[in-house]
Formats: sequence, C-alpha cells, structure tokens
Amino acid sequence: MLVTKYVITSSESNILPSDIAMKIYGSKHDVTVKETCMRVTINREESVVDELVKEIRSLDPAGIFIKDRGFPPGDPRRCRGRRGGGARPGFYMIESECKILPMISRALAAEGDVPSLPEKKRPLPPGRLEEIVKEGLS
Amino acid sequence: MAKVIVYPPTSMILSDLVSRMGHKALVVPEAVRNLVTESKIQSPPLNMTPEEPKKGLRYAAVDVPSGVRGRMSLIGPIIEESEAAIIVEDPGWLTGCSGCSRTNELVRLLIRTKGIPVLDLSYPTNDDEARVFVQKIRSFLEGLN
Repeated sequence: MLVTKYVITSSESNILPSDIAMKIYGSKHDVTVKETCMRVTINREESVVDELVKEIRSLDPAGIFIKDRGFPPGDPRRCRGRRGGGARPGFYMIESECKILPMISRALAAEGDVPSLPEKKRPLPPGRLEEIVKEGLS
Repeated sequence: MAKVIVYPPTSMILSDLVSRMGHKALVVPEAVRNLVTESKIQSPPLNMTPEEPKKGLRYAAVDVPSGVRGRMSLIGPIIEESEAAIIVEDPGWLTGCSGCSRTNELVRLLIRTKGIPVLDLSYPTNDDEARVFVQKIRSFLEGLN
C-alpha cells in the first residue's frame, strides 16, 4: 500500500527541506517527492518510505520530525490550487506544533539529568475550603 | 512493539516520538488514508459511505450529531486496536478531524475506560518542561517493552 509522510524540520535545525529533497534524489529509492518551504512530502510503498525515513533522520536525528498524511501529494481533494486557496485542514495543527519543535529538538538532544519542575498550583480541595469557611464564620 | 494511540490523534510530535522510540503510533491520517486511497471510490470525495456512520454507532447513539459518529468511525477502531495511550490535555489548537470537542471528550473517555496504560501530559512551554515531557514519554514507552 502506498503511504504518504511529511518530513518536517525544526526551525533551529541546520537542515532545510531542500537538503532533504536532495538526499532523497540522491538515494536509490524511487519515490514521489514534493518540497515546500516548511516540509517535504514523500509517497511510496510503506517499506520503502520507512527505510528512507531512517536515512533522512540520520541527517539531524533531533531536528527532523515525521508525520503521517492521509492524502497523497497533490491530491485534488486537498490541493489548494484546485480548492481555490486557503490552508489545508491539517496545516493549523502542524503550524501550532512547529512552534514548539525547537524545544522538543533541544530536549531530544540534551543529555544528563532531567530538571525537576516546581509543582503546579492545584485548586483548593473542597474539604479545606469548608474548613476555611467554618474558621471564618466561628 | 506496542500500538500506542496518541491524543490529539493528529499530533506530529507525539506520533514522531512514539515511532522513533520503536513503537507504532496509531493516528487518524492512517485511517483517512485507508478510506481515500481505496481503489474503488464509492462516495467521492472522501469516500465516506453509509457504512461509516454505522461503525460510528458502535460508540455513539443515533441521536448524537452525525459529525461525532463520522469521526468515531475513524477513531473508534483505532482505540480498539490500541495497547497504550498518550494523552495531552487542552492543546488549544485542535482543528480539522480533531476539532470536535464532544468527540474529543468521548475519545478520552473510551481510552480511559479501556483499561490500558495511559500517560497524561501537557504540551511544554519552556525548555525544562520539554525535557521532562520527552523523558516521561521515553520512560512510559520503555515500560511497555
């Protein structure tokens, strides 16, 4: 079965979508590639894509992220050119997650102990609130 | 290798972390792909046939809005297939097939009542939180082996 995957780079990565596209062109694999300013879309049989994804990840293991896509590249049901413009429905999710990709990349690349976080404030338990009210009224 | 459902079910970060740590991420695009790339498109453009709402009826009653049942026809089978789950609460940017709040409530409920291991997280807002986020996912997935 043909599968489609996005290869997306963190904004802090030194690897550009064009580098990934060149890597794919230079590989032995015969895949469909679509390069945009923020990502590369690849389409072929699952085994081929999985092998290719491993090669692509080796360019920058912490800075390259892979996402599944349902529609093949250039599908008229999703293509902006055919639909009269506007963002593809999945774009907003990717755009939002791209903003935190640099943090995730740094976390993946980091070594050593994980910092301890201060405990988050929790709502007052109802029992404690009841006690406070009783104390206030007595 | 465990099958791990991620919530939001279209999350790039979660599905990537799961697959790079050697497990299979169960995500909605895979379910969408099975429908839209089928050789016989019976109901263009998205190939949602009358069978899909019937599948959705397994998870939501007939008086529930059709959008919920339609979404559940894609997400429901994924939940059934899952062996573990990672849930990120209140991402604040759910759109498209993840943009229905009632479906999302139902999805989270079905995951929790299934009795599989669940990891609850929030999206990180700084570097320290990101390291804890990645570490928690790593430990959780290593524990599934």
